Amino acid sequence: MNGAGLLLRREMALAWNGGGGPLLACGFLLSLAVIVPLGAGPQLDQLANLAPGLVWLALSLASLLTLERLFERDFEDGTLDLLAMGPLADEAVVGVKVLAHWLTIGLPLALMTLPVGISLGLAPDQLPLLAVTAALGALAFSFTGGLGAALAIGARKGGLLIAVIVLPLFLPPVIFGAGALVAQADGRSPGPALALLAACVLVAGVVGVLAGAAGLRGSRT
Amino acid sequence: MFGLANPDTFARVTRPLIAPLWVIAAGLLITGAVWAFRVPEDALQGDTVRILFIHVPAASLGLAVYGALGLSCLFYLIFRHSLADAAARAAVLPGAAYTGLALITGALWGQPMWGTWWVWDARLTSMLVLFLLYIAYAVLRGAFDDEGRAARAASVLGLVGLINLPIVKFSVDWWNTLHQPASLLRAGGTSLDPAYLWPLLIMMAAYFALFLAIWLTTLHTEIMRRRVLAMRARQAREDRHV
Repeated sequence: MNGAGLLLRREMALAWNGGGGPLLACGFLLSLAVIVPLGAGPQLDQLANLAPGLVWLALSLASLLTLERLFERDFEDGTLDLLAMGPLADEAVVGVKVLAHWLTIGLPLALMTLPVGISLGLAPDQLPLLAVTAALGALAFSFTGGLGAALAIGARKGGLLIAVIVLPLFLPPVIFGAGALVAQADGRSPGPALALLAACVLVAGVVGVLAGAAGLRGSRT
Repeated sequence: MFGLANPDTFARVTRPLIAPLWVIAAGLLITGAVWAFRVPEDALQGDTVRILFIHVPAASLGLAVYGALGLSCLFYLIFRHSLADAAARAAVLPGAAYTGLALITGALWGQPMWGTWWVWDARLTSMLVLFLLYIAYAVLRGAFDDEGRAARAASVLGLVGLINLPIVKFSVDWWNTLHQPASLLRAGGTSLDPAYLWPLLIMMAAYFALFLAIWLTTLHTEIMRRRVLAMRARQAREDRHV
């Protein structure tokens, strides 16, 4: 088995054995979804207007909170140094870790948006699109978040710092992801917004991997 | 240009420029401000058209200064000159101030003209993102104990933030925005009346000169700070040997 596959298996195993995998993030998403109707009033027709925004807010926050430890623990216990000595390029390390984050956190969160969407009164025929946009958006979040986490390795203050760095970069996927849902609700084609969302994922993939690798290199010297 | 990357050479060459730059900036600002109050009222906007002379240069310079910040970050990442890092850091304060000024004067202008302080259209949102990127750079630059580590991480972020510049610039063309499209730099020449164009250009030059003055002054302070640190370290070594 090659290095990338091994690293992916290690990351998945750590996520499942160490912290119950996606349970924590999914629980967080559900808890957020409970707060909203209690705060904004339980009328489903009103909540349905807010639903895309709420789902995206919950998704981005849940991704953010899990990103903080993406590199930090491996930095503290020396795993990053071992990885640097291994055959994998820094770009590959970042890419694999981000992919593992998406598989263990992002995809389950995207599935979790379905019951949340229903509970907030989203029309049932919007749910497939919600799942697709959430899965794509979570991938973009993982890439940009990985960038932020790599740049913040060894910083004095962790979580909030990454949030301030990364949240402005989260905006394009949110705009086009929520835009696709709104377009469909208005009876327009969600295709253009969906294509732009996919473009955001691709840009985030390239920039996130390259800049994340620069962050890893920066943390060593 | 790489001769100038030496902090001592840079300090010696640019030192005589600083005082004249402050004088030029002040002169242009006063000229532009006085002129702005003497232009005729706009047929539709009345007196509020004078916000133009504060708002437009602030927005342009907010963008341009981020460009300078991003390029400094690029130079730092390629050549590892500490001066490039200092240049990026010195650009944050004037850049964020110009961007914030553009947002505030935009709100003050939007209230009488559009009937609202703020709309979430593409131009306003991308300007807000630009402001947030300045903050993100400043926060990350200050988040490490090790100066080199801070410079490297923040430079990568500053470079990534350059993506936002074309989005701000072309947001009015790509999306339907309440904000008007460009009227100064556009295909077919400016659509601005000369009565407004000249004071606007003077204010632009004033903002630019002010930025250069602040930038160079901050850079000089930084060079002097490092020199003091180096001298203190040398002093401490000598004291120990005595």
